[in-house]
Amino acid sequence: MDFHLTDDQEALRKGTRAILAGRFSPREAMDAPGRLDRDLWRALGDAGFFALALDEAAGGVGLGLPEAVLAFEEAGRALLPGPAVATFLAAGRVPGAAEGTAVVTAVDGVLVPWLAEADTVRGDAAEAVPLRSVDPLTPLHRVPGAGRRASAEAVLLTAAEQLGSAGRTCEMAVKYAREREQFGRPIGAFQAVKHLCAQMLVRTETARAAVYAAALTRDETETAGAKLLADDAATRNAGDCLQVHGGMGFTWEAEVHLHLKRAWVRAELGRTAAEAEETLAEAL
Amino acid sequence: MDLTYTAEEEEFRAHLTEWLARTLPGLPPRPDPLDWPGRRVYDTGWQRRLYDAGYAGLHWPVDAGGRGATPTQHLIFLEETEKAGAPYVGANFVGLLHAGPTIASEGTPEQRARWLPPVLKGEAVWCQGFSEPGAGSDLASLRTRAWRDGDDYVVSGSKVWTSHAEVADWCELLVRTRPVSEAVPKHRGITWLAMPMDAPGVTVRPLRTLAGSTEFAEVFLDEVRVPVSHRVGAENDGWRVTMVTLSHERGAAFVGEVVACRRVLGDLAREARANGRWGDAVLRRRLGRLSAEFTALWRLTQWNVSEAQRSGGVPGAGGSVFKLRYSHARQELYDAAAEVLGAGALDLGHEWTMDRLSSLSYTIAAGTSQIQRNIVAERILGLPKGR
Ligand SMILES: Cc1cc2nc3c(=O)[nH]c(=O)nc-3n(C[C@H](O)[C@H](O)[C@H](O)COP(=O)(O)OP(=O)(O)OC[C@H]3O[C@@H](n4cnc5c(N)ncnc54)[C@H](O)[C@@H]3O)c2cc1C
Repeated sequence: MDFHLTDDQEALRKGTRAILAGRFSPREAMDAPGRLDRDLWRALGDAGFFALALDEAAGGVGLGLPEAVLAFEEAGRALLPGPAVATFLAAGRVPGAAEGTAVVTAVDGVLVPWLAEADTVRGDAAEAVPLRSVDPLTPLHRVPGAGRRASAEAVLLTAAEQLGSAGRTCEMAVKYAREREQFGRPIGAFQAVKHLCAQMLVRTETARAAVYAAALTRDETETAGAKLLADDAATRNAGDCLQVHGGMGFTWEAEVHLHLKRAWVRAELGRTAAEAEETLAEAL
Repeated sequence: MDLTYTAEEEEFRAHLTEWLARTLPGLPPRPDPLDWPGRRVYDTGWQRRLYDAGYAGLHWPVDAGGRGATPTQHLIFLEETEKAGAPYVGANFVGLLHAGPTIASEGTPEQRARWLPPVLKGEAVWCQGFSEPGAGSDLASLRTRAWRDGDDYVVSGSKVWTSHAEVADWCELLVRTRPVSEAVPKHRGITWLAMPMDAPGVTVRPLRTLAGSTEFAEVFLDEVRVPVSHRVGAENDGWRVTMVTLSHERGAAFVGEVVACRRVLGDLAREARANGRWGDAVLRRRLGRLSAEFTALWRLTQWNVSEAQRSGGVPGAGGSVFKLRYSHARQELYDAAAEVLGAGALDLGHEWTMDRLSSLSYTIAAGTSQIQRNIVAERILGLPKGR
């Protein structure tokens, strides 16, 4: 047993982070909200992002779910907009998905992200009506009725994005707490702030263990648990990060609100907390 | 990222479970929790069986009398012994998980030869004399004094919350050998001593915990003579030696308990289904969330063990992250148990009620949650030190 990342996995994580950092900034995306950057999508396709888990025989990279989880953790960390999970899962099934030339979305629960920008929709979105989405970087539609249940893989990849966001907001809070001074010292020297940051790390690391393990076991119950803990880590860490930033955290300009809002959106995708908890209880 | 065990590890597991299945039926009945002498006999008897079967000091280095097992094998050992319902380390806790590993890494060859084999064989019980009435979280402010007189230290002062003191043979004792001054900060004048509990001048006064039993004690020291040869590490270097002890304390101490908590959760669900509480969605969802929590804690344990394996057996700062999450989860588990039981949770005759009471110590003992958060924030996240 060696639960930690292999050197190759570490390299994949670093590589994905570098590609995302080089090609995308949330601030620029905010200049054209609701529009999907097709160049970015294709660049991700060229880098193999969507074809990561596709067989080499089918033109894919041939890696597994653990590697996909690492890539989506980076996507969540970078606030990558777009229906990345649906496009990834459509690779090999919908032409152009693997290459990033097609944008694929899916009905997930009662929500459909990025419907107007998508080339292909999985599930029935005929009666979808638009919402005024809380997240400026995720346009949303809503379908009537019970909706469509996301696959276990979609649940896990969404959880991985939540994990990435949780780790990022923890870092942002720590960085700010070391720089911002009040009462003649960094606010991070105050225990009330320090302990918020410590709890953020605890949430992130617990969610990390849960998400990575679910990628290895592919167990439905464990996946539901991973989603639950990752949702919790992403939403609460973003809230604490906002608190650590004070008034700055309440601004449109700071990135914090984007993490919080996206975390709220993702918490409704895949499995909601209520669904995950019932799945977990059922298995007891 | 790999959660599968090697063939060697699976073979180790198979031998162990086979041995447990053969051995456990022959154990004597468990003693009453209030019967300390009986508990000592029971706990050390179990240790002796482990020794005879080659499982004692599994994770200790070979040159300390241990088996030099990998952290993963130790994890398997703790998992399987708990699953089989084997006795817990109990009174052997300090000897096996604190004092022993400290002596193994910091003691002289003579000290190791003298103190380690009796721990492994279940012949010696140790207790931990760190905390004092005036020194808890701020351990380095301890005031129990020791001064040299010929080949002895003469020790006076008092310790508190000393677990198992009533039945211990030895105490890992922290004393002040150099007074604090402008030139000498408080953690630079501390020395680590092995003190025999039957030495003249040692008085043990048991303290009753909120669970009703006497799990710990006050220990009064009145000019107790401890030979200088009982000092582990250099004089005034005891703080560093202590840090070695504490890293072991937070390492593997809770593995078996996480396994046990997952079992209790299953029992809670069974009980709730039987008594009709399962129809309450709020309770059901609460148990579902706890299930995610304890599965994740098990995975976090495997994560930390993998880290220890890579770093050559040294428990990392991940132990503080784990302890923070686990101690709170454990309290939530037994609060949920009380919700399942309803009025039955007020009955001390119920095992879960007793466990609910004892779980209250988890956010205090071995470094409070507040202190753990300081550690995480300062040592892992690098936030500035402050008061
Ligand atoms: C069941 C049990 C068994 C124990 N067994 C042993 C044993 O065998 N040997 C031994 O030596 N000790 C033992 N202890 C003692 C244990 O280590 C101490 O209780 C613990 O370190 C806290 O010290 P204290 O009780 O003096 O509390 P204090 O240090 O007085 O703390 C009181 C409160 O103040 C908070 N606080 C203190 N300092 C800070 C700070 N800097 N920042 C924020 N908050 C702070 C604490 O978190 C706590 O909430 C045991 C304790 C328990 C409960």
